[in-house]
Amino acid sequence: MPEDPRTAAAGDLRLVGVTKRFGRATAVDDLHLTVPQGSFFALLGPSGCGKTTTLRMVAGLEQPTAGQVLLGDVDFAGTKPYQRPVNTVFQSYALFPHLDVSDNVAFGLRRRGAKDVQKQVDDVLELVQLGPLAKRRPAQLSGGQQQRVALARAIVNRPSVLLLDEPLGALDLKLRRQMQVELKRIQTEVGLTFVHVTHDQEEAMTMADTIAVMNAGRIEQLGSPAELYETPRTTFAANFLGQSNLLSATVTGTQGEDLLLDVHGCRVVLPRARAAAAAGRLWLGVRPEKLRLSAAGAPGNCLTGIVTDASFTGVATHYLVRLPWDQELTVVQQNDGSPAVRPGEAVTVTWQAGHGFGLDAEQDAHAGEEAVLPTGQLAGANP
Amino acid sequence: MTAVLDRPDAGGPVPVEDEARQPGTRRSTPYLLLLPGALCLALLFLAPLVFLVSQSLQTGSLEAGYRLTFHVATYADVLSRYSEQLLRSLVYAGIATLLALAVAYPLAYAIAFKSGRWKNVLLVLVIAPFFTSFLIRTLAWQTILTGGGPVSSGLRAVHGLDLLRALHLIDGDQLLGTPLAVVTGLTYNFLPFMVLPLYASLERVDPRLVEAAGDLYASPWTGFRKVTVPLSLPGAVAGTLLTFIPAAGDYINSQLLGSPRTTMIGQVVAGQFLRVLNYPTAAALSVVLMVTIVVLVGLYVRRAGTDELL
Repeated sequence: MPEDPRTAAAGDLRLVGVTKRFGRATAVDDLHLTVPQGSFFALLGPSGCGKTTTLRMVAGLEQPTAGQVLLGDVDFAGTKPYQRPVNTVFQSYALFPHLDVSDNVAFGLRRRGAKDVQKQVDDVLELVQLGPLAKRRPAQLSGGQQQRVALARAIVNRPSVLLLDEPLGALDLKLRRQMQVELKRIQTEVGLTFVHVTHDQEEAMTMADTIAVMNAGRIEQLGSPAELYETPRTTFAANFLGQSNLLSATVTGTQGEDLLLDVHGCRVVLPRARAAAAAGRLWLGVRPEKLRLSAAGAPGNCLTGIVTDASFTGVATHYLVRLPWDQELTVVQQNDGSPAVRPGEAVTVTWQAGHGFGLDAEQDAHAGEEAVLPTGQLAGANP
Repeated sequence: MTAVLDRPDAGGPVPVEDEARQPGTRRSTPYLLLLPGALCLALLFLAPLVFLVSQSLQTGSLEAGYRLTFHVATYADVLSRYSEQLLRSLVYAGIATLLALAVAYPLAYAIAFKSGRWKNVLLVLVIAPFFTSFLIRTLAWQTILTGGGPVSSGLRAVHGLDLLRALHLIDGDQLLGTPLAVVTGLTYNFLPFMVLPLYASLERVDPRLVEAAGDLYASPWTGFRKVTVPLSLPGAVAGTLLTFIPAAGDYINSQLLGSPRTTMIGQVVAGQFLRVLNYPTAAALSVVLMVTIVVLVGLYVRRAGTDELL
C-alpha cells in the first residue's frame, strides 16, 4: 500500500513556473519560489499582487494554470486540498460555528482517523493558551481567541506547510503585536514551515526569516528582512518595505570601489556594489533614518535644503527638507539629544556612502507607495 | 419635551425626576408594540380555540341546541372510531414530509450554490404554483394521474405499474385512488414550504467554511455532511414543520386523489362539521389532531436540538 501522501511528503516547498490566469487577467505570472523546510516565510505585497492566489494554489483551493507545486519531490498541482499535507489559517478564520473549540480543533484529526484525538487537541489548546475555553462556541470568543483557535485547528495536524492568509488583519494593533510574537514563538516551538501572506511590512519583518516582496504577480525581491530593507533592488521594494528617499542621479565616474554620482549638481558617492548599474542614470535611495541634519560643510555625502516641516513623535522627529530642485526629503532624527531644527531653517543633510543604494532609473520612483497613491488620486479627482 | 415646559425652575433634583420618567415611558413601549398582535391572536386564535374545546364537550342536537355538559366521552368515542384515519394521516404526512425533504434539499442546494444568475428565476418558479389555487392544482393532479393520462400510460409502457404493484404501492392498474396518489399530491402541494426555509438556511452557509473543511482533509462529501448539513439544519426543521403540520390536517388531496380507503382525519373533521353536522364530534377530533401534532412537533424539535441554531 502506498504511503499516505498527506504525511509522506516533507521537504522544501517549491513553486516552479507557477502561473494563474483568471480569464484574461494574470494573477500570478511564472512564479519560481523555494521555501526551505522549517522556515517562516512571508509573501509581502499590496492587495491584488497575487500573494493570496499563490497561497491558495499551495493549499489546493485554486489550481495553477501552469507550473508545479512541489513538496519535497512530490508535485501536488492538480490535487484537491484534502489530499495535501497543508493547512491554512484563513483570514476570516472560517471556524465552524456549530462546533465548539475542541471539536473545531479536532476536525482535521478526525477526518484522518488519528488516534489520541483528545490528547492532541488538549496539547495544542495548551500551546495557544485556550485550554479553559475548549467547550465554548466560536461566537462566544473574542477576535484574538478565534484567531488562536484557527491557528490551533491548523497546526494540530502537523502539516508539512502551514499557510497563514493575513491572519492578524482583523485584530487591533495591540493584539496584533502580541500575536506576532506568539506566532513566532509557536513556529519555533513546533518547527513547521510557515508561509505567511500579508500586506503589512512590519508584520512580515517581525516574524519572517525570509520575505518575498510580490508585485503584479511577480516576485520583486526575496531575502531576509534586513537584506531587503538595507539593499532593496527595485523602487517598489524600496518604497513598499519602509520608506525611501529616491534622488535622480547620474554616474560621472568611479573612484576605487565607489561610483561618483551627480545629483542635480551635487557630488555624492555610492559603493559600486550597491548600485544597479555602473554608468548612466540611477535612482539614488537613502532611508530617512540614515540621513542626518548637520551644520554646513560636513564631510561625506551632503545636500543642502530648507526644513519645511517638523513633527515630533516622541522617539524621533520627522523632518521634511526641501531641496533646491523642489524635491522633499524625509529625515527621521532619533531623539538622541540632537538639537531640534525649526521649519524655515537651512540645513545640510548628510549620510554615509554605504547607506545609499542605486536602483535602475527606468523604474517608477513612486512604485509601491501605497499610502501616497490614494491621496494623489483623490487630489486628482478634485482639482 | 412637555416635562421641560411644565417646569419653570430647572433646578437640582430635576434630572433625577427626568431619568425616572424616561425609562418608565420606554418600559411600556414593547407592550404597546405587542398589542395589535396580541389582540389578533386573542380574537382569531384564542377565542376560536376556547370555543372549539367547549364545543367538543357539549351534548345535544342541531335542532334542540347544544349545551356544555363536559361530556368527555365524545373523546373516547372519536378515538376508538377514527384512530385509523388519524394514524393514516400522520403516516401519510410523515412520508410526504420525507419525500418533500428528499426533493427539496438538492433543489434548495442547487439554487443556493449552483444557480448563478438564475437564482431569482428559480426562486420565482418555486413560488409560481401559489399563483394558482390549491384546489385547482390538486384537480390538475387528478387529470395527470388518471387512468388514460400521461403518467399512467408512460408507466405502463415501461412496466412501471407492474413494479408499483409488486411494491404494494398500488393494487389495481390505477394510480388514482391509491395511497401513492395521495402522498404524491401532499408532497407536491407542500414542497415550496420545504424548499424556501431550506434555501434560506443553505444560502447563509459561508462557502469559506466548506473550503476550510476541505483544507482540513474533508472530502467534498464529508465537508457537506459535517459542515453544510448541520448548518442547514434549522431550515430543515422549519421546512419539515411547515410541511408536516398542514399535511397532517389536509383533506383535499385524499378527497380528490384518494379513495374511501385513504380517508384522512381532515376529511372526517370536514364531513362531521359540514355534512353530518355533528359539531361535538368534529370539534373533539380537531382537538385530538391538534394535541397529537403539538406533542409530535415538541418531541421532534427537542430531538433535533436546534434551539441554539434557530
